[in-house]
Amino acid sequence: MTKKLLHGSEAICEGAIRNGCRAFFGYPITPQSLVPEYMSVAMPKVGGVFIQAESEVSAINMVHGAAGAGVRAMTSSSSPGMSLKMEGISYIACAQIPCVIISIMRSGPGLGGILPYQGDYFQSTKGGGHGDYRLIVLAPANVQEACDFTYQAFDISDKYRIPVMILGDGMLAQMMEPVELPPMRDLNTIPKKDWATDGGTGKDKRLVSSLRIDANDMETFLNSQQELYNALAHTECRYENYLVEDAEIILTAYGPLWRICKSAIDALRSQGIQAGGVRPITVFPFPTANFKELTKKKSIKVFLTVELSLGQMVEDVRLAVNGKKPVEFYGRTGGNVPTEMEIAEKAVAVLNKLKGK
Amino acid sequence: MSVKKEIIFAKPKGLTDKSMHYCPGCTHGVVHRLVAESLQELGILDKSIGIAPVGCSVFIYDYIDCDFQLAAHGRAPAVATGIKRCLPDRIVFTYQGDGDLASIGLAETVHAAARGENITIIFINNSIYGMTGGQMAPTSVVGQKTTTSPEGRTIEQAGYPIKVCEMLATLDAPCYIERVSTHSVQHILKAKKAIKKAFQNQVENKGYSIVEVLVSCPTNWYMTPQEALKFMNEEIIKVFPLGVFKDKVGGQL
Repeated sequence: MTKKLLHGSEAICEGAIRNGCRAFFGYPITPQSLVPEYMSVAMPKVGGVFIQAESEVSAINMVHGAAGAGVRAMTSSSSPGMSLKMEGISYIACAQIPCVIISIMRSGPGLGGILPYQGDYFQSTKGGGHGDYRLIVLAPANVQEACDFTYQAFDISDKYRIPVMILGDGMLAQMMEPVELPPMRDLNTIPKKDWATDGGTGKDKRLVSSLRIDANDMETFLNSQQELYNALAHTECRYENYLVEDAEIILTAYGPLWRICKSAIDALRSQGIQAGGVRPITVFPFPTANFKELTKKKSIKVFLTVELSLGQMVEDVRLAVNGKKPVEFYGRTGGNVPTEMEIAEKAVAVLNKLKGK
Repeated sequence: MSVKKEIIFAKPKGLTDKSMHYCPGCTHGVVHRLVAESLQELGILDKSIGIAPVGCSVFIYDYIDCDFQLAAHGRAPAVATGIKRCLPDRIVFTYQGDGDLASIGLAETVHAAARGENITIIFINNSIYGMTGGQMAPTSVVGQKTTTSPEGRTIEQAGYPIKVCEMLATLDAPCYIERVSTHSVQHILKAKKAIKKAFQNQVENKGYSIVEVLVSCPTNWYMTPQEALKFMNEEIIKVFPLGVFKDKVGGQL
């Protein structure tokens, strides 16, 4: 199979289109503007809809409409724009509308900067908008995964009627790598949505709504959603363990930063240090059970979470490790990305501190 | 001798049997009926998708018998855009109040109009926030007492009410813009014609149509229903003059 050299943003678009996405609504913001640019050309070619909305608020609500009418729909944005989308995402989550949301994080808070960052982890994995809800969040580490995960996101979202987010950063969106593109999905093979407000004749009228004004109705709904979220930990949780068998120190990172961490682990190994790593591929559901299992290993002395933030995923690692082993943190912010040597040095320092050196 | 009976007036098929929750004297229910009648008469009820707003008419999906999506406050035109672009052969309409359409959702309103979306907007202007208990609306008239302008709306503090039809008429894309009222039977009949035309335009792919309907709110105006209709006739329509602001199609139904 021939490969194509694509930007991460382009691979995301191809993954979406090839799994039946036929509506895209976006708004320009760096570093994801290539997504709407690509879609403005690609969507009409497959008979799909492209609109550059007047705002991110409007774009996510266009997704509400299109996806609520049963069409596979997607939007894309970056941190300040994602904040604007949160209102719509909350409504979409409550109305159980499947859709795919691309979040390309940049440094923040505020207008911040445009360089790679992971400061929106909380916003992405803990709900983000108002109310009790979660998204399923996949974090690709390379351009091939950007394509594949976006492709898979539409099936996952349809299956659970939970919005799926693809969480990346400027590294992922703007780097170019060779990609093997999946075949174009036959739209007839996508399961029909018996709840969608498509105005089709000969059926009972349908309602897509997030209004649950009766307390018991809302509580029943939220409890059933929570059961679903709990079940996702078994059905949709993905992670990668790397050289954990004899590891003394476990490095943890997600997204493209994981690749730098993996190189750091290799560098540590070449110095005779028993390093290993865990990469959450889904950051929600978080691979809690995997961490719990690792804490039982006698060889593991310490966990080191590496992030492009002040420390957000590290809270999930600490909850999973639950005090059984020390959890250290190393983060760079503002758009700075650590080198593999910086990470390796931090790992050595953590081990030395542990051994009282 | 047998008497020949003929039904000359009945509840339209498009209205459900559910009792409406509106306050006594409110004319929302009248407008619901006009929408339902229009959908039925044009034979488009089965292929219509309505967008319910946040406001007094949030439960419109219980009253009009077609598919509905409930939008976040002000976002109905964006939701409608998403549906209509994907399903162009369906009829898509929003039903929005003044806080929804003219305040929090003004950007969505203007841009859907500017794009010339082939949708129908029913804009209910009662110059007050009804559902939240009578606060000042973007369409509250100068001097109007509300719970957030208890001494009456002042120009110094809150400026002037927004005239949506006049503003949208400056755009190139909209097909049809009319303001009607519900304070008398004569005006209700005119409102019916305008609403039906706004849907007919969509059937014929003519583009964006908006009908602003002036509606009474006796409860939050602190008036009897009769006083409220009088207030509309004497005060509200002075600020919001009735008439056609744009009509690319022309003609009468």
